[in-house]
Amino acid sequence: MEQHFPVLVVLVPMLAAPIAVLFARGGLAWFLALASSLASLYMSAVMLLTVLDVGVISYHIGDWAPPWGIEYRIDRLNALVALLLSGVSVAVLPFARRSVKKEIALERQYLLYTCWSLCLSGLIGMTVTGDAFNVFVFLEISALSTYALVSMANRRQAHLAAFRYLVAGTVGATFILVGIGLLYMQTGTLNMADLAERLPAVAGTRPVIAGLGFIIVGIAVKMAMFPVHGWLPGAYSRAPVAVSAFLAGTATKVSAYLLVRFTYTVFGADFTFGTLSIGTPIILFGVAGAVVGSVAAMHASDLKRLLAYSSVAQISYMGIGIGIATVEGLGGGMLHVFNHALMKVALFMGVGCVLYSRGSASLESFSGLGKQMPIAMGAFTLAALSLIGVPGTAGFVSKWYLVVAALDSGWWPVAMVIMVTSLMAVVYMGKILERIWLGQPSTDVAHEGRVPVAMLSMLYVLAFANIYFGLETSLTVGVVLDAARELIGQGG
Amino acid sequence: MDSLPGYNYWIVILLMMTGLYVVMSCRNLLKKIVGLNIFQASVFVFYISIAKVSGGTAPILKDGIDVYSNPLPHVLILTAIVVGVATTALGLALIVRIHGDYDTIEEDEIEAEEPEG
Repeated sequence: MEQHFPVLVVLVPMLAAPIAVLFARGGLAWFLALASSLASLYMSAVMLLTVLDVGVISYHIGDWAPPWGIEYRIDRLNALVALLLSGVSVAVLPFARRSVKKEIALERQYLLYTCWSLCLSGLIGMTVTGDAFNVFVFLEISALSTYALVSMANRRQAHLAAFRYLVAGTVGATFILVGIGLLYMQTGTLNMADLAERLPAVAGTRPVIAGLGFIIVGIAVKMAMFPVHGWLPGAYSRAPVAVSAFLAGTATKVSAYLLVRFTYTVFGADFTFGTLSIGTPIILFGVAGAVVGSVAAMHASDLKRLLAYSSVAQISYMGIGIGIATVEGLGGGMLHVFNHALMKVALFMGVGCVLYSRGSASLESFSGLGKQMPIAMGAFTLAALSLIGVPGTAGFVSKWYLVVAALDSGWWPVAMVIMVTSLMAVVYMGKILERIWLGQPSTDVAHEGRVPVAMLSMLYVLAFANIYFGLETSLTVGVVLDAARELIGQGG
Repeated sequence: MDSLPGYNYWIVILLMMTGLYVVMSCRNLLKKIVGLNIFQASVFVFYISIAKVSGGTAPILKDGIDVYSNPLPHVLILTAIVVGVATTALGLALIVRIHGDYDTIEEDEIEAEEPEG
């Protein structure tokens, strides 16, 4: 049984989806989504422990030996990402139940959970697979269900946001497809490990360099790197809030993982960051994205939009870390993938609680909530501090590694930008925290009921995870730095 | 077509640029989907082209033939075609909804109502 975990971790959520459609009941679909996410979480945890213990797991689908058959290859890095994905799903689903009940018509709720399971399955598939074309297939599975998820919100802007996301996402995915085709043209293989072996012989040829370009641009669109981040604020701010929380912790994170996988494993760090020095443009776009995202966040009037713009800035930090291409830089970037998921999910959940009880997420509706909803706002504040990067929270740890890596490799202006944009985070999060704790409750905001315990408790789980991983860093930092050493070692 | 070797790749480039241009420049949502389809069709042609082996025939095992075209990219692109159909269907469904919401599928008119997007 255990040797089949690499494929079951994808299959279980995928099978939950059609069953949920057949029964067409919201409650059952929710239960199936939660049960399959829990199963995936358990399997990812077992795989991570196995990988830490005995090393890389290679699973051959249908017993066809790679490079002809499809191989699922689990190493430290993607085991951690798979754990993060299923973990976020498990954490957000109990929260989603009540939140979705309020936002979406009863007869359509089962469709949301169906798409949720499919999306999770596609995201985990992209993570565990060791086959380049398989990445594209899973990417489209997750992307199509994501567009549907975004469009389900009960407001007309959601349709528009989903459409824009669809156009951008399809262009990005097709770019990746072209890149994979160019690689196949030069090497005749799709298996990532096999590609890594055969690429050095043809590394300088034009199709390979064009392929690298297509793949990086395609992934950048899916990851919402500046300047192709335009779809993200609309999609995150118009989606149902539980979906925003889920996507903020998963979709862009998998793309960041793919960027690492392709640039470090498939092409090799020596070629991409050494010969072609693509690190420089990635860092420069990252710097620009960090500034643009932070400035836009300072001017946003709606909290979901503010968090979405702040995501653009935070994703840029991941890009910067990946672009620096030292063990600390890559490690810090990947650590930020993990930590940013924790804080953004918690923040979106906090906004979800306010939406649930106040029906609005505008800045005004947060005034004086510290007195009215102290429990929810306490957790929200913890997550906000983590986003700013206050010592003792998860956000501090990853930013610390990024700044140290930038200074060590001579990118001191980049370190400055990280500091300055963190100060901007103090401004835009501080503005809300000030309203929450010092503002006067506004009288014209409706009270639509107390926040359910299930929503609050999941918010607290995430908020404390931010503190836990800020103080007890041995698990995340250890795994991530080892993974970074492994990846950079592969190239040289 | 020996006079222009690799002419199919020029077709790929032409279609790809046309499609991308339409996606980016057209303000009509339906035309965006058309552009997306042209863009994807260029990739289909690309995959089919790279599989062609000069002098090779259809990959069906038969005595007396020993040069075959590579069937793998063909199979791959079948998957991508299916994905393209699904994307188009979803895109069109969203356009129907948007038309119901705004009574128009021109982005300029929608943006006039929805400045923030």
